[in-house]
Amino acid sequence: MPYSDIEHLTTSDRIDKLLDIVKGNKIVLMQGRLHPEEEGKLIQETMQQIEDSFRGIEICTIYPEEKNLQLLKRMKKEMVKYIVGNRDGITIIGPATIVREIKRDTNNMMLLTMHTASGRSMTKKSKSTTRSRKRR
Amino acid sequence: MIKFLRDFVQRMVDKLFSTKRHIKMGLYGPPNSGKTTLANRICKDWLGEKMGSVSNIPHETREIQIKEKIHIKHKNKELTFSLVDTPGIATKIDYEDFLKFKMSEKEAKNRAKEATKGVIDSIKWLDDMDCVVVVLDSTQNPYSQVNVTIIGNLAARDIPVVIAGNKVDLKKANLKKIESAFPQYDVVGISAMNGKNMEEFYESLFKVIK
Repeated sequence: MPYSDIEHLTTSDRIDKLLDIVKGNKIVLMQGRLHPEEEGKLIQETMQQIEDSFRGIEICTIYPEEKNLQLLKRMKKEMVKYIVGNRDGITIIGPATIVREIKRDTNNMMLLTMHTASGRSMTKKSKSTTRSRKRR
Repeated sequence: MIKFLRDFVQRMVDKLFSTKRHIKMGLYGPPNSGKTTLANRICKDWLGEKMGSVSNIPHETREIQIKEKIHIKHKNKELTFSLVDTPGIATKIDYEDFLKFKMSEKEAKNRAKEATKGVIDSIKWLDDMDCVVVVLDSTQNPYSQVNVTIIGNLAARDIPVVIAGNKVDLKKANLKKIESAFPQYDVVGISAMNGKNMEEFYESLFKVIK
């Protein structure tokens, strides 16, 4: 999902849109990231919607390190962020019934999915990995 | 101009009495990181009594718990605060996970429902905090989105943060990993259960609460 798909939406509309996709048993791969406060609201909304068929989400954001940037470059970046939104990095959100875990370290993320043999049964588990390098 | 002067006077007054203040300090973190164990340790150290029950079953604390007026002293400085122990923040809660702990389906579903409310309340309460101790299990990978979200929210609200890397007495503990995940914060390794490094922990509290 390109960032432009959500940039014009209000926080609650963004969250509704993301949760609607995830509740349709799909994994969202989104350009950019939500603001930390939006992430908090996403968790709250997720908790409100938990039921037998929806057990929550797995979410992971990976974005470029900025600590080594020169002051001028950092200022330029902040200005761009302010004008066009935070399009750095990627965010993955998936339903907890499909995505077992997203493991992350400084440079990589690994998505572990579940095989549901029949409905809610989680006896069979498979491990698929998606590696994503940080954009520098 | 009047607002500027009023803020300036307020800042000066705050500075003058900075050694003795009354604040609200929250304990935040993912489930089972040892928030209530730390709350109990702090309460035992300064009040001589426990705060809440602990268990190895996730989401044992499902309601916000508050202990008022905890008064601590450290190197001629004093601090009075209300300690707010919060339910662990998670992005998923599956009642089936509780069945592994020999709960009935009804009990497990009830616990899951209460836990979801607890997560919502924890996030709501962030706005009321003057200082937060993020309690992380140092045997676990710190790069989880829940940790990033909690710390990001605190930074966005400009709330002072101490990261307590708990369970450092365990073999698998890796405090360095927490330090490299959150290099801009004070990380103090503790064992809330054994009381290890609590002096250092209290010192870091006074360092961030200026």
